[in-house]
Parts: sequence; structure tokens; C-alpha cells
Amino acid sequence: MSDQVLLQARGVRKSFGTVEVLKGIDLDVRQGQVVSLIGASGSGKTTFLRCVNLLEEHDGGDILLDGDPIGYRVADGRRKRLSETKVSAQRARIGMVFQSFNLFPHLTAEGNVMLGLTKVLGKGKAEARDIAGHWLDRVGLGARRGHYPYQLSGGQQQRVAIARAVAMQPRLLLFDEVTSALDPELVAEVLGVMQKLAEEGMTMLVVSHEMLFVREVSHHVVFMDQGRVAQAGSPAEIFDRPENERLKGFLGRFHAMFGQAV
Amino acid sequence: MTLEPGTFLFEAWTARFALMNGLWVTMTSSFFSIVLATLAGLLMGVVLSYAWWPLRLLARAYVDFMRGMPVLVLILFTYYGLAMFRINVPPYWAGVIALAAFATAHVAENLRGAVQSVPAGQMEAAKAIGLNFPKRIWYVIVPQAVRRVLPPWVNTCLEIVKGTTLLSVIGVVELLLASQQVIARNYMVIDFYLMAAMIYIVVNFSIAQLGALLERRFSYIRY
Repeated sequence: MSDQVLLQARGVRKSFGTVEVLKGIDLDVRQGQVVSLIGASGSGKTTFLRCVNLLEEHDGGDILLDGDPIGYRVADGRRKRLSETKVSAQRARIGMVFQSFNLFPHLTAEGNVMLGLTKVLGKGKAEARDIAGHWLDRVGLGARRGHYPYQLSGGQQQRVAIARAVAMQPRLLLFDEVTSALDPELVAEVLGVMQKLAEEGMTMLVVSHEMLFVREVSHHVVFMDQGRVAQAGSPAEIFDRPENERLKGFLGRFHAMFGQAV
Repeated sequence: MTLEPGTFLFEAWTARFALMNGLWVTMTSSFFSIVLATLAGLLMGVVLSYAWWPLRLLARAYVDFMRGMPVLVLILFTYYGLAMFRINVPPYWAGVIALAAFATAHVAENLRGAVQSVPAGQMEAAKAIGLNFPKRIWYVIVPQAVRRVLPPWVNTCLEIVKGTTLLSVIGVVELLLASQQVIARNYMVIDFYLMAAMIYIVVNFSIAQLGALLERRFSYIRY
């Protein structure tokens, strides 16, 4: 793991109408790091993730990827919103996996992975097919490459979605509660794929309620509460020595559910 | 007015070329109208869904205008209206243009509905892999919308085939007018109208079957 900061957020603010959802988020993700965002529903984790990928536009503060501001450029000391083309180019450097998979239902598993390779990266069909095959093998679905999404289980669909994101060779991979829509027995296969990616040095920003996974895989954990970072630190600091009262309460609910495992 | 099989068969055989020609005109005018309406309707549907607002407003006005207008009036208007501006379009093509203009509105409106019913997550996933706007629409949204628009599209096709009967008022000798001309000679009113009706039903039933086949072909597009 290098020390180079890949993603840097400073004072990120976002409101929906009069409701301020993010009230100044500071966060660093270093290259090769897995950073997890935890917190109660409505604490702003998902909104922050969506701002990083420009699915939402932040109202204030900066999000820098490799030092470049996301979503705008500065000209004559003023912010100018980037063009649609530039925004798309920035998004291509960031992968995202969604809670509800969002596979393209009209394309096979292979077609889902190939679409970005051919239409965004401009690779030829044959090369794209090889890359797609490689990544589908890696998530254990090489034999299902010709299947349509409806023919796959939730866990398999989510693994295809991960392959689709990783195949683009993004600098950063975002995971938005990717196991929340899965039946319990399918969660492990998806977490397994994520753990492998983490071990190979993929830089990941993860929103998750899977505390065992967060504790085991993360380098850095950020607890968010009501639109702010309430406490951040190593997994040991967050889980064993929580200082913030809200974090204690939050973890308490998980301890109650899963015993002292977390 | 008779219902005598022997006489009918003889009269039908005598009129076979006129009737076949009528059927041919019905089928080709339907075909051209459907093709034109489908292409223009897809384009206008995308405009209705995504275009810059003045364009969208224009398309909206067109659709509402067309949906409120009786097709017969539209056909008369196209034929005599164009003639008034000294644009001489043969009745056949004036009819095709009118039917296509009418059906374009329906295809466009149906596509807009279909586009809206594609889950929002599809657009987000398409954004997330870095596809730009036209590619998101073309490679992700439109294929799914087209699947959803198939059943109403088949309905529109049937409406067009039935609508070609109205071209008789501007003198296009399609199946209905051809039948009327035959009846004018032999007065076998019921027989030949019945035959025309059966032919329309067979043509439309075939189109509906073809539509069902297409729907099955695309049934893998589901969530």
C-alpha cells in the first residue's frame, strides 16, 4: 500500500431542498486502501458515495480524485461545471456497485461486462470478450457468461455487477450496500469476491452494514452520523475503543444482534 | 344482395385481379405507414423524453394535436391541403403520410411511457460505467423501452391497417374501395363486404401473431 492519497474529500456539503444531508465531510482514501463508511440509515453514507461518482452533485467543498476536482473545474477563480463528456470520463475512472445490482437485463453476463469496454474504452469486440471472460472467471461465473440476468441468482447478479465495474480498471471502486438486497445465504459469496479484490490492492470505498466484513477487511473505518463524520480510525479503534456516544449506541445494537463477534 | 356460393365464387373469380390489387394497396400502404411511423415515432419518443425543453414542448404539442384529430380529417387535410399549396402528391402517398403522421404520435407517446418505466437504476448503472448521454440512451434505455413498447406498437400497427380503409375517400383503390367497385357491378353487397372483412381480420390476426412472436423473442428482458 502506498501513501498516495487517491480520493480526498474536504468539507463536502449536500442538501436536498432544505434538508442538509452532508454537513462537511472530510475523508481520505489512499491508494490500495479499503475505507468503510458505517452509520445508521439517513446518516449520509450513500449520498456521499453518490457524490463521489457524480450521481449527485455536491453543493460545497471539494472531492478530488488524483488531485482533480470531481464535477467541476476552476477557471478565473470560479467553479465551472464540467461538460457531460468530461463528467462521463471522470465516472469511467470510478467503478460503482449498487445495492440493487442494476445489471442490464437485455444483455448477457458477458454483454454487461463488455458494454463499457467497447463503448467507453473503445476496445474491440474480441479483446472485450477476453477481458469479460477473465473477470467473470474471477468472480466464479465463467460458466454463466451467456446467461441473462433473470437466469442468475441475486448473488450471481451482484458478482457480475462487480465484474462489470472492475473490468473497466477503475482507480477506485465504490460499493453501496451491495449485500443489503441479498438473501442471507448469498451474502458470503459476494463478500468473498470483495475480500479477494481488497487483498489484491484494489482501492475501495465501501458502505456496508456487514460489520464483521468491515472489521476484517477495512484499513480505515468512518462512522457517519447525521451528515457528519462522528469518528474515524482503524477498525480496532472504531470497534474496540469507540469514543463517540452515537457510535457506542450504533455498535451496541450490532452487539445485541450478533453477540461479541463484532 | 345474395348469399349464393356458386354465383359468389364466379363473381369473385372474375374480380380476382381487382381485389388482389386492392389487397396489395392495403398491405403496401400499411407497411410504408408502419415503417415511417415507427422510425419517426422512436425519434420523437426520445425527444419527448429527453430533449431540450422547447423541442420537447413542440413534440408534446404535435402528439396532443394528432391524438385529438380524427384520422379521416387528417387524411382529407393532407390530400386537399397539400393540393391547395400546389404540391401534387398522389393520393396513395398523401394517405401514407397522413396515416404515418397519425401513428407517429402514438408510437412516440408509447415510447415515452416505456422510457419512463425503465427503472432509474439502469440509467445510474450506465452512468457509473462512464457511458455518455447518447450511448446511455441508445445502448441501455432504448432496448429496454422497445421491449416494453412492443404490445402497444402491435396495436398501432393494427390501427394503421384498419385506417387504410379511410384512404378510399381520397380515391385510393385499396381493398375496401376495390370491393365496393366490384359490388357496384354485381350488387352482391353482403358477400363482398364479408369477404373484405375476413381478409382484414386475417391480415391483422397475422400481425398480432407476429407481435406475440416478437414478444416471446424478447421475453428475456425482465427484472
